[in-house]
Amino acid sequence: MNIDASVLKHNERAIFALRELYSGYGYAQYKMSKFEEYDLYVRNKEFLVSDNIITFTDKSGRLMALKPDVTLSIIKSSDKPLADGGVYKVYYDENVYRVSGDTDAFKEIPQAGLVCIGDVDDYNIYEVLMLALRSLATVSDSFVLDVSDLDVIAAVMDPMGLADADKAEVMKCIGEKNAHGVKAVCERAGVPADKLIRLVTSYGAPSKVIPVLREILPEDSMCLADRFEKITSAIESEGFAGRINIDFSVTGSVKYYNGYVFKGFVDGISSGILSGGQYDRLMARMHRTSRAIGFAMYLDLLERLTIDSGEYDVDCVLLYDEECSIDALRDAVNMLKLGGKSVTAIKQIPDKMKYRQLLRLNERGVQILENNA
Amino acid sequence: MKTMLNVALPKGRLGEKVYAMFERAGFECPSIKETGRKLIFENPEAGVRYFWVKPSDVAIYVEHGAADIGVAGKDILLEYEPDVYELYDLDIGKCRMAVAAKKGFRYSADKTLRVATKFSNITRNYYASQGRDIDIIHLNGSIEIAPILGLSDVIVDIVETGTTLKENDLEVFETIVPISARLIANKSSFKFKGDAIERIMAGLETEKADK
Repeated sequence: MNIDASVLKHNERAIFALRELYSGYGYAQYKMSKFEEYDLYVRNKEFLVSDNIITFTDKSGRLMALKPDVTLSIIKSSDKPLADGGVYKVYYDENVYRVSGDTDAFKEIPQAGLVCIGDVDDYNIYEVLMLALRSLATVSDSFVLDVSDLDVIAAVMDPMGLADADKAEVMKCIGEKNAHGVKAVCERAGVPADKLIRLVTSYGAPSKVIPVLREILPEDSMCLADRFEKITSAIESEGFAGRINIDFSVTGSVKYYNGYVFKGFVDGISSGILSGGQYDRLMARMHRTSRAIGFAMYLDLLERLTIDSGEYDVDCVLLYDEECSIDALRDAVNMLKLGGKSVTAIKQIPDKMKYRQLLRLNERGVQILENNA
Repeated sequence: MKTMLNVALPKGRLGEKVYAMFERAGFECPSIKETGRKLIFENPEAGVRYFWVKPSDVAIYVEHGAADIGVAGKDILLEYEPDVYELYDLDIGKCRMAVAAKKGFRYSADKTLRVATKFSNITRNYYASQGRDIDIIHLNGSIEIAPILGLSDVIVDIVETGTTLKENDLEVFETIVPISARLIANKSSFKFKGDAIERIMAGLETEKADK
């Protein structure tokens, strides 16, 4: 079957490209049902983008939910123990159902992504980050992946002895790049703010940020900077120099996430289009001993990338009347289509339809009535 | 062609003050000073486009990417919690969010506190952090008359000089948070127009240091 790629919508094209990308790296497709027991989401509410969930009672009386998330279901289904060093790699493209931040109403959101569960090592982390960058490259030439390490933030913040409420406020400020807010919390708590402020204000290429980390990390945590450098330099040498940034404003709930968390941005879309991270803590909460990393890409946002949808609804409008035979009409449509034009044969022009050419079929053949282009 | 930086400014005196700061930072747009009803002004040479919007809408324009950066009061950021970067405290438009009540008011532990306010989210978060049970009465203006008419026990509102409170026989009971104007940025714009945004921040910082 030959498909003209120009008729595909942006997100449809992305789905084909992403399937090819993920399966090429050995990720198996994960198919799932649209429903899941509500209880799974109640126990892990903060892991979800939105805790507004569409629920219903099934025939046996169980409270069910239309899936607002894919990752939790994949983890739930990955209950078979893996061999030492084994990893379970799956990808998905599914619709999820949740309240959209933009409209404050429930929406069906197409989402694609992948999950890597098991004995996740530095190569797996590199591979997932690299696939996140390649995923962004399938939808735009202008993209960037911001990566943060929650362990680095903890290594800088924990020795300061801040109270839990202050820590939460500092994390919020880090997420907002709010250096003056960090300073205010530290002043109130009577601790020096300089290291945290350097963490908030240092972002950009790894070559710019990693030297700062070496200055602010405690000696026993220096391995975090070494590891960050090793992984990001492997990614940069894959052709992504200038596309990967270290940015500690990417955060996530420390109840679920640990280590690397990341967010992908595409020029022309006002919010992050890709979001992911390591969620070993979520695995532990769900009584799994293995580690996990993954990401999701929100394909509904691709609608906002401007694609020229054309000035016209159709190239040719072919008007006909009761006198025209089916054969004559069929031949006229086929003739116009042979010229590569789109054609609609109708008796009346619908309101507001925009067309390049208006034609009429009568006993003398096809007559041009109007030429707009 | 130079990339244009879209800047949402709050209409009114604060916005004019903010524009003057941007102008001194090198992002001038002389047409903005012309009188008329025009709302959008641009200077392609400086790579900047300004537009005047209602102060409470600045964060919405920025969050949705219609503006790359903007200036909004901390009260608006706390109330609507937009998903934006809060890059800089401009230290202008200073006031405070406070609880005010009739003179001599005291909290009564055996009653649910009735609070009249425009800032429901700030109010809810503040009293939740204190573990106090409240009823919020959302009003859109003239908040000060609510305790006088018995509609509420206290109000939560912005207090600048305290003159309006005094004239209505009210006084500040406690301060919730200090407020000032903040430079905010759309998260995606910061990735792709970061250089221009950082130039503005540097200009604003230099100006603050010179004062």
